[in-house]
Formats: sequence, C-alpha cells, structure tokens
Amino acid sequence: MTINPNAKMEETQSGTEVYSIDPLIVKSHYEIDYIHSYAQDSEFFRALGKKKIMGSKCKKCGYTYATPRSHCMMCGAETEWYQLPNTGKVHTFTTCYFGSEEFLKETPFNLIMVEFENVDSLFMARLIGADLDDLYVGMPVTAKFRRNQKFSPTDVYFVPVAQPEKKKRR
Amino acid sequence: MYYSELMKHTGRNVYMVSGGVTKFAKATPEMDFRLRVKKAFDYAMDDVHLTLNDIDGSVASYFADHFQRQLMSGIMVQDYLGLTPKPSKRVEGGGATGGLAFQTGYEEIASGRMDTCAVYGFETMSHVNTWKGNEFIALASDTNFDYPVGGFYTGYYAMMAVRHMHEFGTTVEQLAKVSVKNHKNAIHNPYAQSPMNLTVNDVRNSPMVAYPLTRLDVCTMSDGAAVSILASEEKAFEITDRPVLIKSIGTGTDTMRLSDRPMGKVPLLPNEKESDYSGLKYPGVHSFRAGRTAAKEAYDGAGITDPIEELDLIELHDAYTSSEIQTYEDLGLCKYGEGGKFIEEGKSELKGKIPVNPSGGLLASGHPVGATGIMQSVFMFWQLQRTVKKHFKDDYLQLNNPKRGLIHSHAGTGTYVTATIMEAVK
Repeated sequence: MTINPNAKMEETQSGTEVYSIDPLIVKSHYEIDYIHSYAQDSEFFRALGKKKIMGSKCKKCGYTYATPRSHCMMCGAETEWYQLPNTGKVHTFTTCYFGSEEFLKETPFNLIMVEFENVDSLFMARLIGADLDDLYVGMPVTAKFRRNQKFSPTDVYFVPVAQPEKKKRR
Repeated sequence: MYYSELMKHTGRNVYMVSGGVTKFAKATPEMDFRLRVKKAFDYAMDDVHLTLNDIDGSVASYFADHFQRQLMSGIMVQDYLGLTPKPSKRVEGGGATGGLAFQTGYEEIASGRMDTCAVYGFETMSHVNTWKGNEFIALASDTNFDYPVGGFYTGYYAMMAVRHMHEFGTTVEQLAKVSVKNHKNAIHNPYAQSPMNLTVNDVRNSPMVAYPLTRLDVCTMSDGAAVSILASEEKAFEITDRPVLIKSIGTGTDTMRLSDRPMGKVPLLPNEKESDYSGLKYPGVHSFRAGRTAAKEAYDGAGITDPIEELDLIELHDAYTSSEIQTYEDLGLCKYGEGGKFIEEGKSELKGKIPVNPSGGLLASGHPVGATGIMQSVFMFWQLQRTVKKHFKDDYLQLNNPKRGLIHSHAGTGTYVTATIMEAVK
C-alpha cells in the first residue's frame, strides 16, 4: 500500500505559449507520421523510376485512364496497367501564387491537366520551364522524371515540347 | 439516366419553421463551436417559442475534424444544447455538408421518424492559419494523385475556370462581376463577414491567388454556426402560421479526381435539347455534373420545367466566382456556355430576372463549411416568409413576394452537390 496524501505532481521548466489572456488562447502542437500505403496504386509510383507513366485500361469495356484506377468507373470491371505516351497536350492550366502550407515555398508553380492522344481521362501534373503568359490550352508538353525518386506523383513533371526555331519575330 | 427515375419521394410533407445564424467572422475566439451553435439555436427556438421538449432529434453538420482537433464535436453540441439523449447523427460531405445535413433532416421528418428536427451546422476555421487551413481542405482531394501535385483547392477550381473560359469564351471581367454583385448585396446583410462596395477593377487588381482567380474571386475562411428547425405538416402549423414548405430535394455526385471526369453528353433539362450541345464534351472539367444531377432530381420532384421562370430566387454555393457562373448553367438558368453572359446582362442581380445570392453568398457572407448550407436555408426561409426586415433590421434585400426558391450546396470540385426547393405557403 502506498497511500500518500502528500503526493505532489513534479514541476517542470517547460511552459505553454500564450497568445491571449482573455479569451485564453494557447498554442497546441500536433504532428504525425503516417505509414501510407499506395496499395493497388503502387505500380504507378514504382514505374516512374523507369521513366514510364502507367495508366490503366478496362479489361472489359476498354475505357482508358491517364490516372490509374484498378476498377473501371464505367462498368465496374477490373483494369490492367497501360503505359501512357510521354508526350501530351495541356487540357487546362493555372499558376498558383499561394497554396497549402506544405507547398507555399514552391509558389508560384504551374498546375496542368494533361490529355494524351486516344486516352479517355486526364492526368494532373506540375509544369516547369514556362510562365503563365506562355501557357495555353493545347500546348504540347513532354514528361520528365526525377532521377532521385521521392515516390510522389511529382516524380513525373512536364516541360514544353521544344518548338522548331520560329522565324524572326517582327 | 443520371439518377434512377424509379426514385419516388413518397414521404410526408416537410416544412421549415425557424432558423438562426451567428454573424460569420474570421475569428471569434471568445466563443467555441458549442456556444456559437447555442446562440443560433436559441435564436431559432425563441423566434417560434419552442422549448427543448418540442425537439424530437437532430442532425449535426460539420466538415473537418482537423480544424479543431476534436473528434465527435457533434455530440458535444448535442450535449451542450441539452438535446441528449435524443437521436442525432453527424453528416459530412465536404463543402456540401450543410446541404446534405439539411436533406438528412428532411428525411427524418419525411420518413415519419421525427415530427421536429433541429439541423445545426458549424465550423471553427480560426484555430489554424489560412495556409494550414488550405492544406486541410486540400486533404479532401485524392492524397495519392492530387494532393501532392496541387494541394490547393483554388488551383483546382482555377483550372476548371480556365477550361470554361476556353470552351465558352467566359472572361475574367464576367467572373469579377459575380464578386461585385455578392459583396454589394452583403452590405445589407448584418450577418455577412465581408460586405464591400467593389468595382471590376478592384477584383482584378487584388492579389492573384491562382490564375484567373484573385483574392476577391475566392471566399474566406470563417467561424460560424447556423440552425434550421424542420417539422411535419401538422407540427409546422402548430408552431407558426407561416412555415415554408421544403418541396423537393436533389443530390448528385461526381468523381473525386478531376482527371476522371468523363467527356460524355449533357443530361438535359426539360427546357433544353440535344442539339443545344452538339460537340460539347460533358462534363469534362468545365462543368459540374453533380450540380446538374441534383437540379434534375429536385426539378422533377417539384414539377419544374423552366427553372428561370418558375423560381424566384437562388442561394447557391459561390466559393469561387467561377463556380457561380458554372452553376447558373448546371441549374439550367441559361444554357451551358451562357453563364458569363448571364451575369454580364445582370440577370442574377438583386433587381435582375432571378436574384442569385441576395444574401451575399459565400463570397461575402463567409464559408464556415458545415454552417454554410444551413445558413443558405435560413436566408431562404426568411425571404420566403418575408421576414428579412425583422431579422436583418433592414428590408433592402427583401424580395417582393417571392414564392419559390432553390438552395444549392457544393463540395470540392463538384463531388457532392445538393439542390433543395423551398416554397412559401402564404
């Protein structure tokens, strides 16, 4: 038995950051590491290391996806992996001057949706090597891959296709 | 077929009998979410002299647990209001949380389970900074393929706006006119967060967030709460002599990833024909198929065949100016592609053909996510009851004898959309 009416919580030197006294507003910290599984999408991320963009194709109805999914939204059947071309066109675009806290340091950045010939759906990506003023719907773009993979969808990014030298601008 | 035409609404008639809203603000640290809901709840209860015994159950409407780092906030509100041990549940669907929760309240009454139901919505967004808030909101995009690339909802909507501009010739000035209209309407709404008298130039000259959307094309984050009280027909007329009928509801969905949106055909409304849209790939990333689906179900339920003629006002989810323009088209107020012209011609102005967001909408009233859809129902309720003067202490925004309105709530890039038709009975 250790009944002790004189028990006392230990005092520490750490404190709480206070922003306001009335109302009382304090800092509350929260941080977590997730063990995130790419599960059935894993092959897409692995393939980027081999400079391949893998989409999927429905085994039953043949619908093709530029962003992979293992089951078809059109008919519910299973899909198979399907390699996309490394060039496509800008379907739409924007330049983000602000963003989430995680990406704020990367602003401004260009965001595009890529369309690939004969593929039914689109692919969201970053585009570098062009400013907002250079971007247009239909702009030909080509994929590039990070050498040091981060296993993120940004392991593939796009750049403008080199255009044959234009005649001297007037 | 975009929703099963076998879906029949055979339930009981449902009415809204009262509502309450807190003034939306960037931060109200002197109150937590429970006290905020309590204030809106008491306002609604006192307005029609109800006591806790009169409420059979409730629905809690809030979006992101991340914002408060408090799970089960719903039960904490239920508890604080004194509604335990009555039935309650939480409903969540991104930006459409409020619209979905309101429809869940409707279902509680229509099914005969409850005779009265309180739907309470709230969000506290001020506990994190704006850019962390944007990160939380962006976690409502596919975390394998979309969040790591864009991670920013304004960026996603900006790409949709650019495609709308490409497809239909919509201009940035037309987008700006939506901002001007909604901020101006809010000058007469005492509950609104950002009433402002702006010009198109002010909107275009404010800092660019994601091209073509500037700071004034985008709604703000807010702290706020809103409450609607719903009732069966018998109860409704006992409670008030001027309830508002919830005539019909509609709900649509679309793929989480923008990249998966199909390139198919437009689901037509009765006032449209296939030849209106030859060559248009739909919805692509320029339109909200869930919005069209929701509207179609709601119009069928209310017997509406020509929405612009048969509706008197609309409160719609204008988290971005571009989405208001896109939504005019989804709701069939004009054809796809004519949304830019629709605002340019002033048709959605307070004194226009069909006032859209007379309250100021999300752009000017604020967007405390879980409260927003409920707020729309309250403002619509006061309009249809013709009690705007009583609640706003200003009758500038009161429309002349409106009979029928539509409220529209919308989640991330159009994944969940609700449309609800409300009708004056007197």
